[in-house]
Amino acid sequence: MTTLETRPSAAAPPAGTPYDQFRVVKAKNPGRWAATAVVAVLLAMVLNSLITNPRWEWGVVWAYLGEVSIVQGVWMTIKLTLITAVLGFALGTVLALMRLSQSPLLRAVSWGYTWVFRSVPLILQLLLWYNLAYLYQSLDVGIPFGPSFASFETLSLIDKFGAAILGLGLHQAAYSAEIVRAGILSVDQGQHEAAASLGIPRRRQSTKIVLPQAMRTIVPTAVNEIIGLFKGTSIVYVLALGELFYTVSVIYGRTQRVLPMLVVAAIWYVVLTTVVTVIQYYVERYYAKGAVRTLPPTPLQRLRGNLTAGLSRVRPVGDHR
Amino acid sequence: MTAVETRTGRVEVHGVHKSFGAHEVLNGVDLVVEPGSVTVVLGPSGSGKSTLLRSINHLEAVDRGFIALDGELVGYRRKGDTLHELKERDLLRQRTRFGFVFQSFNLFPHLTALENVVEAPVSAQGRNRREVEAEARELLARVGLADKADAHPRQLSGGQQQRVAIARALAMRPAVLLFDEPTSALDPELVGEVLAVIADLARTGTTMIVVTHEIGFARQAADQIVFMDEGRIVEQGTPTDVLDHPQHERTKAFLAKVL
Repeated sequence: MTTLETRPSAAAPPAGTPYDQFRVVKAKNPGRWAATAVVAVLLAMVLNSLITNPRWEWGVVWAYLGEVSIVQGVWMTIKLTLITAVLGFALGTVLALMRLSQSPLLRAVSWGYTWVFRSVPLILQLLLWYNLAYLYQSLDVGIPFGPSFASFETLSLIDKFGAAILGLGLHQAAYSAEIVRAGILSVDQGQHEAAASLGIPRRRQSTKIVLPQAMRTIVPTAVNEIIGLFKGTSIVYVLALGELFYTVSVIYGRTQRVLPMLVVAAIWYVVLTTVVTVIQYYVERYYAKGAVRTLPPTPLQRLRGNLTAGLSRVRPVGDHR
Repeated sequence: MTAVETRTGRVEVHGVHKSFGAHEVLNGVDLVVEPGSVTVVLGPSGSGKSTLLRSINHLEAVDRGFIALDGELVGYRRKGDTLHELKERDLLRQRTRFGFVFQSFNLFPHLTALENVVEAPVSAQGRNRREVEAEARELLARVGLADKADAHPRQLSGGQQQRVAIARALAMRPAVLLFDEPTSALDPELVGEVLAVIADLARTGTTMIVVTHEIGFARQAADQIVFMDEGRIVEQGTPTDVLDHPQHERTKAFLAKVL
C-alpha cells in the first residue's frame, strides 16, 4: 500500500525526466471532422445553386438594389421604425411606471391599455386609425367637457403616415411597457431601499439609480423589438404607404420580376438588422458598466487580441525547431 | 462626554408595535438613545432588531407608537391632536438626517465608489458637487480607500464595499448612523477592517445604533447595549451590566451560545 508519504506528488515529475521535450499528440475527434465535412458540402451546394440558377436574376437584383424609389422606401422604413420605437418606448416607460404606481386607477389603466393593444391585431389597429376621421370629423383642444380653443380636421391631421405612426407606436407601447416593467422589477429591492434611505428625490431615484440598472435587462429585449419593428413596418403596406416592402411590391407588380425584387427587399432588411445588431453590442457594453468586473472587448479589440494570441502561438513552435 | 447638551441626534422610541400579517415583529419597544452615544442591539435572529432599525428611519412604517429624532416625529407631522403622514418628499428630506448602512451594502453597482458617495449630498441636499466631491475623497481616505475612488463596487472586496457604504452614509452628515448587521455578509477575515472603521466613528460623537452579532465590538464600542427577544427589549444597560451580569434568562442563554 502506498501511504501519503511514499506516493509521488502529481505536480513534480520524477527527477531527470524532461517532459518538456516530449512530443504532444492532440486528441482526435473523428465525429467533429465528419460533421464539419457534411456541413461544408451542404454549404457548397447552397452557394452553387445561388450562383448557377439563372432564375435568381442577380443582374436585376443588383440593378434595383440602389434604385431611387427603393432607397426612398428604405428611408421610409427607417423613419417609421425609429419614430415608432421612440414613441413606443417613451409611452411604454410611462405605462410601466403607472403599472408600478401606488394608485389603483393608474395601475388599472396601464393594465387595461396593455390588455387592449396587445389583444387587437396590428393590421386591424392600423386600419382603425386610418379611418378615425369617420368616427371623429374634428379633434378639439380645450377644457374637458368645456369649451374648445382650437379644432383640427382629423383627415388633415392623420394622413397615411400619421396613421402608421399611431398604429405602430401605440401597439409597440403595450409591448415596451412590459419590457420596461420587467427591467425595473429585475433591479434588486436593496437598490430602491438604499436610494430611499439616502433621501434621493423620487424622480432621481428612477432616472439615476433604477433605470440605468434596468437597462441591462431591457436592452436585449428592446433591440429584439426594434428588429421586429424594422420588418414589422412592412405591414403598413395595407395603407399603401411607400415603405420598402410596398415599394418592392409595386415594382414587381409592374415588372413581374417577383423573385429578384423580393431578394432586393430581403438584402435591405438584413442590412438594417445588421446595423442594429452592431449598435446593440455597444449599447449593452455601455450598460454592463459596473455589472461585470471587466468590460467585454469591442470587436476591434477582440480581433487585435486574436492576432497577438495567434502570433504568440506561432513563435514557440519556431523556437523549438 | 462634555458636549452632550449641544449635540443633536437624540432618538426616542415609544411603544412601537409592528406586524407583518399575523406575525408580530415589534411588540411594544421603548428606547432612548442619547446624542453622541453608541447603542448596540443584540438578539437572536427574528427578534425584531432589523425591523426596529428600519422603523427608526421610516423604511418601515410602524403600526402603533412613535419614533422621534431630536423631538421631531419621524414620518409624521403633528398638528394639535392629529398626526399627518409626511408626504414622500418631506419624508425623503427627513431621511437625510439618518445614515443607513445595510447588511448587503446596497452600493449602486453602475456608479463608481466616488459617485456612490457624491450622489445623495448633491441630489438630496442640493449641495455643490465640487465641494461634495472633495469631501467624498476625504471620507474615502478616512475609511482607507483613497485609491479606490474610481473603482466600481464589483471590483471591490466585501469589506471595501461596506467601507464605501459607510462613507456614503457619512457624506450626508447625518445626526444618527444606523448599522444593520454591517459585517454579517463578510468573510471572517474582512470583518475586522469594517468594525475598525465603525469603532473609529464611535469616537467622533455621532449617535450610532448598531445591530450586530459581534459581541467583542459591542463590549469595546457601546455605551449602551440592548438585548431584544421576540419583539421586545428584555434587557438593557452598560456592556458590563448586560454582557457580564445578565439578569434575564434569555440573555444568559443567548450569551452562552455566542460568547
